[in-house]
Amino acid sequence: MDKVIEIKNLSFNYPDGHQGLKNVDLIVCPGENVAVIGPNGAGKSTLLLHLNGILRGNSTVKICGLVMEDKNLKEIRKRVGLVFQDPEDQLFSLSVFDDVAFGPINMDYSESEVRQRVTRSLEWVGMGGYEQRSPHHLSFGEKKRIAIATVLSLDPEILVIDEPTSNLDPRSKWTLVELLKQFPMTKIIATHDLELVNALCHRTVVMDEGKVVADGDTEVILGDIPLLKDHGLARANL
Amino acid sequence: MKHSFIDEYSDLDSFIHRLDPRTKLIASLAFIAAVVLTPASNWRVFIFYFCIISFLLIISKLPPLYVLKRSLVIFPFVFLIAVFIPFFKEGEIAGSYNIWLWQVSVTYSGLFILANVMVKAWLCILALILLSSTTKLAELLKGLGQLGVPRVMILILSFMYRYIFVLADEVMRMKQARDSRNFGRNRLHQLKTIGNMVGTLFIRSYERGERIYAAMLSRGFDGQIRTMQNLSFRPVDAYFSAIFCLILIFPCVIWW
Repeated sequence: MDKVIEIKNLSFNYPDGHQGLKNVDLIVCPGENVAVIGPNGAGKSTLLLHLNGILRGNSTVKICGLVMEDKNLKEIRKRVGLVFQDPEDQLFSLSVFDDVAFGPINMDYSESEVRQRVTRSLEWVGMGGYEQRSPHHLSFGEKKRIAIATVLSLDPEILVIDEPTSNLDPRSKWTLVELLKQFPMTKIIATHDLELVNALCHRTVVMDEGKVVADGDTEVILGDIPLLKDHGLARANL
Repeated sequence: MKHSFIDEYSDLDSFIHRLDPRTKLIASLAFIAAVVLTPASNWRVFIFYFCIISFLLIISKLPPLYVLKRSLVIFPFVFLIAVFIPFFKEGEIAGSYNIWLWQVSVTYSGLFILANVMVKAWLCILALILLSSTTKLAELLKGLGQLGVPRVMILILSFMYRYIFVLADEVMRMKQARDSRNFGRNRLHQLKTIGNMVGTLFIRSYERGERIYAAMLSRGFDGQIRTMQNLSFRPVDAYFSAIFCLILIFPCVIWW
């Protein structure tokens, strides 16, 4: 059990024939903070959707030793907390409480356990006392943090976040980075915000056109300007 | 973006606000049934019911002007439906008119019924305004759920209320983008643009639906809707229901 994510030779075609992923290999060990960077349409989000079985490609994905199969789906979704990019999609209930409680209720925890988990996860993201608020009335930064709380309430071993800092102003962004730093679990973060990568992740995977084109130390990859330029992540020479 | 909400004043605090949503739902339905079932000739009863609902509105601390404005919305609809009654009802003729080839006449009893329909509709809408303005929609839906309304219906209503404002924002942004590019030219062209906007909105909503479903799946949703029961029916609800029912029946006893 030294690998929390094990993906070998994963390819995925969208129903319209567009190839989302091509022969992707990825192995992640417990406690790693991995950034997945790449230009728009590189397949980052597609890869993330494979981590909890929303999409299934043509190869086996193993999460914490569990093979991605129908019978393991519930357990895998409990272990992998996937936060979507748009908090409007993540927060679909009429109150913050209902949203954060949605996961635990689906796992059939007792009522007191659910309440405990909701309170704890909201406090964790610094949003204690927001239980009865309606998600529509919150600021964008608040929505982002509550979106994270909705998966923290399941105690995931792997936190997977799609574009955590998109649309955030610098202050909210850095508060969020500090918050993410406190979480001890394995984190997979898809983004093209290189400041965030630098501050949070020690390992970086570069994707382009559905393929993994580089995988290594963040310092090395962010220092490799030609690589970043090639894949649309740094300002091209004019 | 700021929108006016269905449950705009549900954050206030009053005796009515603190009642259990189920109590309020059933009391509102009972009130509406009582109003509708009262014979039109019993005008004293309507005054009595008006006093009850006014009293409840006053103790609920809702701004009177807001309630009045909202309640007026119902009149055009009711009027459109009921406007022909005076022409068809038989009885003493109040006025007779020649319109081209036809002679139409209005009767007193018909006018009386029209007025009565308006009064009944207004009393009912006041009760519904009281219900919807003193109860948060989330609570109301929970109440409905516990009263046996199917969970799928509750879920649909809750999604509707959650996303109607998101959609309204999207429409507003699309309008702004359209107007920034000089919307105009001829009618036909305008219609075409509006058609495209409606189509785009439909596709965006559809895709949003897919993403929401994926977000639900990610948190262990398996098609079964589970909820937590956390409404409390307190003694005060029981007292309120009992007293309210007695008051509703009261006019039948003394004026019949």
